Amino acid sequence: MALTNADYRDLQGLLRYGYGRLTESCFLLLRIDDSVAAGHWLETAPVTTAEEQNPPPIRALQVALTYEGLRKLGISDDVLKGFSAEFISGMSGDENRSRRLGDEGASAPKDWQWGGPGSVPDMVAIIYAQRGLLAEWKITIEDGLTQCGFKLLRCLPATNMGGVEPFGFVDGVSQPRLDWEGQRNVSGDKLSYENVSMLGEFVLGYPNEYGKYTGRPTILAQEPGDLPMADDLPGYKDIGRNGTYLVIRQIEQDVRGFWRFIDEQVKQDASKRQDLAEKMVGRQMSGDPLLPTTAQSITGVGPETRDLQQNQFTFDGDANGIRCPFGAHVRRANPRNADYPAGTHGLVARLVRLLGFGRKAMREDMLASTRFHRLLRRGREYGTKLSPDQRFQPAPPDEQPSGLQFVCLNANIGRQFEFVQSAWLMNGKFDGLSEESDPLLGNREVVAGCPLDGFSLPVVDGVRQQIRDIPCFTTVRGGAYFFLPGVRALRFLARAARV
Amino acid sequence: MTPQSNIMVVAPIIASREAELRQLLTSMNREPGLADPTNTLVPFGQFASLHFARFVILADETRKDLLVYGKALPSATNSLAFLCDFDGSADHLRRELVVHAEAGLRQIFSCCQTFRPDSDLLRWMEEHEQPAATTYNNWLGRTARQVREEDELRAALDHQLRTNVARDANSRQVWNQLRAFVAAEQAAGRLTLTSPAPTPLSWKVKDLLHCIGVPLLLLLVSPLLLLYLPIFLIQLRTREVRDPVIAPRPAADHARLLAIQEDRVITNQFSAYGNIKPGLLRRWTLVFLFFVLEYTTRHIYNRGFLARVNTIHFARWVFLDNRTRIYFASNYDGSLETYMGDFINKVGWGLNLVFSNGLGYPRTNWLVMDGAKDEQTFKDFLRRHQIPTDVWYDAAPGVTAYDMERNSRIRSGIQQQTITDAELSEWIKLL
Repeated sequence: MALTNADYRDLQGLLRYGYGRLTESCFLLLRIDDSVAAGHWLETAPVTTAEEQNPPPIRALQVALTYEGLRKLGISDDVLKGFSAEFISGMSGDENRSRRLGDEGASAPKDWQWGGPGSVPDMVAIIYAQRGLLAEWKITIEDGLTQCGFKLLRCLPATNMGGVEPFGFVDGVSQPRLDWEGQRNVSGDKLSYENVSMLGEFVLGYPNEYGKYTGRPTILAQEPGDLPMADDLPGYKDIGRNGTYLVIRQIEQDVRGFWRFIDEQVKQDASKRQDLAEKMVGRQMSGDPLLPTTAQSITGVGPETRDLQQNQFTFDGDANGIRCPFGAHVRRANPRNADYPAGTHGLVARLVRLLGFGRKAMREDMLASTRFHRLLRRGREYGTKLSPDQRFQPAPPDEQPSGLQFVCLNANIGRQFEFVQSAWLMNGKFDGLSEESDPLLGNREVVAGCPLDGFSLPVVDGVRQQIRDIPCFTTVRGGAYFFLPGVRALRFLARAARV
Repeated sequence: MTPQSNIMVVAPIIASREAELRQLLTSMNREPGLADPTNTLVPFGQFASLHFARFVILADETRKDLLVYGKALPSATNSLAFLCDFDGSADHLRRELVVHAEAGLRQIFSCCQTFRPDSDLLRWMEEHEQPAATTYNNWLGRTARQVREEDELRAALDHQLRTNVARDANSRQVWNQLRAFVAAEQAAGRLTLTSPAPTPLSWKVKDLLHCIGVPLLLLLVSPLLLLYLPIFLIQLRTREVRDPVIAPRPAADHARLLAIQEDRVITNQFSAYGNIKPGLLRRWTLVFLFFVLEYTTRHIYNRGFLARVNTIHFARWVFLDNRTRIYFASNYDGSLETYMGDFINKVGWGLNLVFSNGLGYPRTNWLVMDGAKDEQTFKDFLRRHQIPTDVWYDAAPGVTAYDMERNSRIRSGIQQQTITDAELSEWIKLL
C-alpha cells in the first residue's frame, strides 16, 4: 500500500531526501539540562518532513535522540525497553561492540572527541541550508535550543566538497531505493541483485526484507498519545512507526597519508597513482564503476542516465577480482549479490544449491545476500578540501583535519550497519581473503596473530599482487546511535517530559 | 586417512562447589572464554590430535518454560560437560588425557557429584560419556597435524614468494621454484608434510555398513513410514498451531555474558541448551531426524560444507536427561550475527526441521516452513538458549575452514609431479 501525503508528513525528511541542494550543514550535539523546557522545544520544533514541497525547502532541520536523551526526557521504562539492544547500549557503551566494530587502537572510544564513555550527547539537531543561509539558520535554532534547557556540546562541521569525499572520490553515488509504493514482494527468493529495499529496512513500522516487522516500542491503544497504530499488532499504538535509527560516526581521513602511500607503491609514477587508488576504493574517482554496465537492467537502477552509468553493474562478471579486487571498499560494502550464487536459475538449480551441491568454484557462496544489509547513507564531508596538488604537499601547521561525518539510516542496527561494518568491512577473512581488511577504514589491528594490513590485487595469470604494511588512513573521532522519530512520535516523546 | 572422533563427559555438579568450579575453569583462560593452551590444569596444546575442546557448565535457565505445558519443573542441578573433537580413537585420547592432565582433571571433576578421590579417572570419564545423536565434521580425514602443517606450508610459500621469487616469473616457473623450495625445506627439516596414515580397517568396515545399512533399513521400514505419514502430519499440525512461542528479547546481562566471549579471534564457539517440546511425538521425531542427519553428515556433507554453509568446523547435537533436553555445540567462523543470518537465509528449512522440536521455537508450518524466517524471533530464541562456554580451546586459531581447504589445495598442487596449464591457473590463484 503506497504512502499518502499524510504518511510522508509523519516522516522526517532525511529518510526520503539527502538534501543535496542544501549544501551547507552542521550537526548540533546537545545535552538536555532541563527536560521540561526541552520537551517544550521538541513539541513545536520545526522539523522538516518527507512531504514533497514545491518549491523545495531552502533550509531543513532533523532531530534525533540517543537512549540517554530519551531517558532524560522521562520516557517510561516500558517504552524504553522497546528500543533495540544496540540503541540502548549505545555505540561506545560496550567494549565487545567496539571490538566488533573495529573501534580499537587509535579509534578506541576512550579517545573520541564526542560519543565516548561519559560524553554521549542526548540529542542531535542536524541543520541544512542553501548556500549562504546556514549561519542565520544556525543562530535561530541554537537560540531556541539554549533558551529551552539544551546545552550545545559541540557543533560537528560540514564542508561542501561538491559531492567529492576528502580522498578525491565522487561519493554518495549508490543508494538503495525504498519501496515507498509498497509493491515489493519478498515472499520468495531473489535470484538477481536488485537495488530496491522493503520500506521496513529503513522505516520502522513497515515490513522488512523478511516480510516481518522489526521490533520497536509500542503502547496500548488506550494509552494517551496521538500516535499511528501498529500495522502488525492490533490494539497497539506504534511509537517507532515512521521513525528509524540514525548512525553518526566522525571519520577523520589522512588524505596526505593515503596519497603518499599510493605514490610509494607506484614508485612515484604519477600515471599509475589513480589506478591503484581506484582499485583500493572499488570505483573510479569520477564515480563510475570499475566494471562495465550490464546488458541486463537492474531493478531500482535508472532510468536516469547518470544512475545507469554508475550503478548498473554487479560483480558477477568479475569472479576472479581482476577488475575490482575482492577486498576493495565498494565491493566489501555492497557485494551486489543475490540469495543464491550468480547463475542459479530455475527450481532444479535452486534445489541443488539448497542441498549444498552445484558448486563450481571454491570461492563461491561465501557472502550473505546483500539485500538484508543495505544502508541509506546521508553523510557529509568536513574539514579542508585538498586539491590534487595539495595532497602531495606537506600540511600547513594550522590546517583543519578533513574527513567524513558518516551518517546512515537503518531499521535494524545489528543486521545492517553493524553487520556491514564487522562482517564485511573489518573482517580479515572476508570472502576468502586473509590478512586484509577494508583498505580505507581498516584499523590495521592484529587479530589472532594475523596482521590485517594487506591488500591483494588478483592478476589474470599469475600470483596475485600483494601490498603489505598499509598504514591506517582513517580514525574514528566520535559516534553515536540515535533514534530519528516520526513527527507524531517526536511530539509524543516531547509530552512525556512534561508529565 | 585418519577419521575424527569426539567425546562428551557429563556429570552433575555438587551445588556447594559450583563457585569453586567456575573459578577453576576461568583460571584456564587467557581471555574471557578462550583457553590458554599451556594452562596447568588441562594443557590442551600438548594433545597433537585435538582440534577443539571445551568445558561448559550446563545450566538450564529456561526450565520455567515447561510450566506453559503444565509440566512439573525439573530439578535445577547444573552439570559440567567436557567435550573434545579430535583425530583417531577415543581410547587413545582418554589415555593421553590421563597421561598429561590427570591432576587437573581430577581437580575439576572432584566438583562433580559422582567423582570420588579414589575413582579411576579413565573409567569414570568413560562411564559418564554421553554419545552424540549427530556430529558434524567439516572435512573427514583432515587431522589437526595436517591443518598445522599445511598452514605452515602456506606461510612459508607466502614468505618465499615475497622475498625470493621474481615478480615477472610465469605461473609454471613459480610452481617449479616453489616445489624446489619446499623440497629443500623438507630436506632441511624446516617443513614437514606428513603423509596420511592408512585408514583403520575396523573403521572402514563400520563406515561401509552404516553407509549401506541405513538406506537399506529406511527402505525396509518405508512402507510403515508411509502409512504413518498422514497420521504424523495430523499429529504434527495439531501441535504446531498450539505450541507456544517463547522468545522474549534476551536480557542485557545475558547478552553481555555471551558477547564478552565472542569475536576475539576469527572462529567462535556456540553452546545452546534447551528443553524438547514435551511428548513422544517430538522426542521420536528428533531421534529419527538425527538418525537421518547423521547419515548425511557422515557420508555426504563431509567435504567442506553442510548444505550451503561452509563455516562450521565441528558441531554436535546431544540428547541429555533421558531425551528431554538437547545440547548443541558448534565451532564456526565469523560472528554470530553472520552465522545466524547464514542459517536463516541458506538453511532455514534445516533449522526448522531440527530446532522446531525445541520448546518455544518460532511458529513453523509443516515442520520446515516459516519458523526461522521470522528472523527477529528466531535470533531471540537462539540467544535465549545460548549459554556461555566456560573454557574453549581452538587448536588452530586464525585459520578458518575455508583457509584449511585452500591450504590443502595449495599442498596438493605442490606435491603433484605434473600439473596441467588449466590446473596451474587455478592453483596459482590460491597463493
